[in-house]
Amino acid sequence: MATDQLTPTRPAGTATAQKTPRWRLDARYQPVLGTVVVLAVMLAVGGSRYENFLTGRVMANILINNSFLVVLAVGMTFVILTGGIDLSVGAVVALSGCISAWMFTHGWSAGITIPVCVLVGTLIGLIVGVMVHVFEIQPFIATLAAMFLARGLCYLVAPESIPITDPTIVKLSQTRWGTDDGLVITPSGVIALAVVAVAFVVLHYTRFGRTVYAIGGSEQSARLMGLPVARTKVLVYVISGTCAGLGGLLFAIFSRSGYSLTGVGMELDAIAAVVIGGTLLTGGSGFVLGSVLGVVVLGLIQTIITFQGTLSSWWTKIVIGALLLVFVVLQRLLVLRRR
Amino acid sequence: MTTSPSAIPADQPAQPAASDRPPVVAMTGITVTFPGVKALDGVDLRLFPGEVHALMGENGAGKSTLIKALTGVYSIDAGTIVVDGTERTFTGPAQAQLAGISTVYQEVNLCDNLSVAENVMLGHEVRRAGLVDFRATRRAAREHLKALNLDIDPASTLSSHSLAVQQLVAICRAMVVDARVVILDEPTSSLDVDEVERLFAVVRDLRSRGVAILFVSHFLEQVYAISDRMTVLRNGTLVGEYRTADLPRVELVQKMIGRSLEVLEQLEEAPKRVVAERGDVQPYVQAIGLGRKGSIEPFDLDVYPGEVVGLAGLLGSGRTELARLLYGADRSDVGELRVDGQPTKLRTPRSALARRIVYSSESRKTEGIIGDLTVRENIVLGLQAERGWLRRIPQRKADEVVAQYVEQLGIRPANPDAIAGNLSGGNQQKVLLARWLATQPKLLLLDEPTRGIDVGAKAEIQRLVAELAEQGMAVVFISAELEEVLRLSHRIAVLRDRRKIGELTNGDDVTTDDVVDLIASGGQDA
Repeated sequence: MATDQLTPTRPAGTATAQKTPRWRLDARYQPVLGTVVVLAVMLAVGGSRYENFLTGRVMANILINNSFLVVLAVGMTFVILTGGIDLSVGAVVALSGCISAWMFTHGWSAGITIPVCVLVGTLIGLIVGVMVHVFEIQPFIATLAAMFLARGLCYLVAPESIPITDPTIVKLSQTRWGTDDGLVITPSGVIALAVVAVAFVVLHYTRFGRTVYAIGGSEQSARLMGLPVARTKVLVYVISGTCAGLGGLLFAIFSRSGYSLTGVGMELDAIAAVVIGGTLLTGGSGFVLGSVLGVVVLGLIQTIITFQGTLSSWWTKIVIGALLLVFVVLQRLLVLRRR
Repeated sequence: MTTSPSAIPADQPAQPAASDRPPVVAMTGITVTFPGVKALDGVDLRLFPGEVHALMGENGAGKSTLIKALTGVYSIDAGTIVVDGTERTFTGPAQAQLAGISTVYQEVNLCDNLSVAENVMLGHEVRRAGLVDFRATRRAAREHLKALNLDIDPASTLSSHSLAVQQLVAICRAMVVDARVVILDEPTSSLDVDEVERLFAVVRDLRSRGVAILFVSHFLEQVYAISDRMTVLRNGTLVGEYRTADLPRVELVQKMIGRSLEVLEQLEEAPKRVVAERGDVQPYVQAIGLGRKGSIEPFDLDVYPGEVVGLAGLLGSGRTELARLLYGADRSDVGELRVDGQPTKLRTPRSALARRIVYSSESRKTEGIIGDLTVRENIVLGLQAERGWLRRIPQRKADEVVAQYVEQLGIRPANPDAIAGNLSGGNQQKVLLARWLATQPKLLLLDEPTRGIDVGAKAEIQRLVAELAEQGMAVVFISAELEEVLRLSHRIAVLRDRRKIGELTNGDDVTTDDVVDLIASGGQDA
């Protein structure tokens, strides 16, 4: 009655380990490669069609004009890597800017105002994180609520646009370091680059960062592996909120005002940058540097349309939309092929 | 199968070598209650270092609940868990891991977006100045992998490896946390023969290093191949702890199924099982080498009009999977299906419906009855689906159909406007049956239609099935209760380990023991 058979026989040959061809790029880098290709194509097209396109000045301007978006995209990358989303960042940018403008007009010093407006973002991120984790509310809904909350608070603080005349901010907005031929950088740009560098290290070289990736891969698994899922999930929203607060400050420096209608839809720009930068919306795969490239792509689109001169600025949206569609479909194909 | 084998008294060692040492885990009198259900009732489990302990029982016997009680996923209502001589209560897997108890789950619980090294070391990475040192981490991972004779590149992504290797990586992770108890929950369900061997080599190696292993599997042969001792559960209660060598397969199967099936015997006399005069009637459905990888091995099966074909086998043996292939709920990847003599590809349940094949699911609540709708709406659903959603069934026609079946099947309360979710299990089953009968099927696939319903309703449904067959319907009847299958079926297809291992033509001389023998022997000498 006993048999030596272990399991029902199966077609032979399935036991051999799957091999991936050597020449193929690690699957994790494939989406970012797509971003790099798009970037190269855009630079080539721009460079061949317009004079003065491939210059340090143009490139530096893209970074300077989008430094706040870089910071937002970095925070958004953390959130999206865990499989979440943060819709509140645009409103938080506005709130942070309004609060700073209000505080400056009421005589607060920059030394207090600047930390406060960053911490406003941190606080909102914390609230969102607790909602998402403790009460298990969908990130979409939790951050949507935070978005309305922050946007509403803006009107409370600053019903109309408040100019900022604080000397520190004025100085920050006017300082330019660099060479005479246009390769310049502003304090905002430096801050953005510093944020990117810190995020890169945190995401890749700390246990917290690796846990972010693990949660995006499978939250269930991460929990069963005994990783600190709760803490990490709250923290990513705190990081995103803080980045939004900082982004608000940078935007205030950029525009030298606080206005409640600032940054409407900016959260979507940040999400677009992250996705175009090769981060999977389902989480677990993507890089902070990819998101930076994503911001650069968005900036380039705008620049090209400006250089073109005859096209309405709405073409920016059309191109971004088309690009986003292509990237999302590409990502989906990659995921499907991996199965 | 005469006398039950002696359960090992607690003080008598099973293997002198192993139980010189005290058990590393001793669970006593574990009771876990869910609202309305006692999932575990006073169950004991002892794990000894250097032993492979198999946890046996059908689905729903309480195996997973016991594992989750041990690892702190569920909290226990009564009983004690003693680990290394101290009583413990864990609040979650992380805490159990710290105490040296690691679990490798059936569906590999790793992150396949990360590298092998990271999966092995996650949370235990080698760090320098607070930052992860990837080179050192990979080196450590390689050493751990080597200890299990796994020669794979730690830097490769987990998803690039077969499920078997991923399974081994999960075990490797368990070793990183210095596990002294490794729980393997159905680790082999998706592996093939070679992969199982590879896994077992690792398990034997762990055993020789003094690790206590708890092995859960539906595959009897694997259990006999690897385990030293087993604990059998049935319906949340402990049947006993045995040395594997002392417990023949037939007795194990009997212990798992239980012999409390006599309850139904005093009910109605067995419905007549006149095997239809086949003559040149062709089978309504004919499966030729039909199969689906990872779900059920290729099988042949004919179902004739007017015939009840029973599917027998332990839970998890592939009964439902077989039915789902016949219904197009899963797509077959090999073989041919003929409906009424015509080769047919069933891609969706809709195409099965069009060929008058209907399937009543085993999970009544989630895949059958829509609890918030009324009895009427539930019954009409099948008809409406067949007509297409745009052509609404006239109210009068619907009322007619509903009234007919409510009466014919004796649905209580006989109120078509009652909310289906409030009906008893038996009546919900009848509503479900009515839904499918209303579409006038030619083949009726019934998956556990009598599970969890009271004895009276059970008998009614059985009688109904017999009547339907008499009227010329082809029926495939799935039930965990062998007695029931025997009472109703003309022929019985026996399944084990996701394979059809034999077929019995039913008759008065066929008993449940014959079926049990066939299941235990794997069809080798039946």
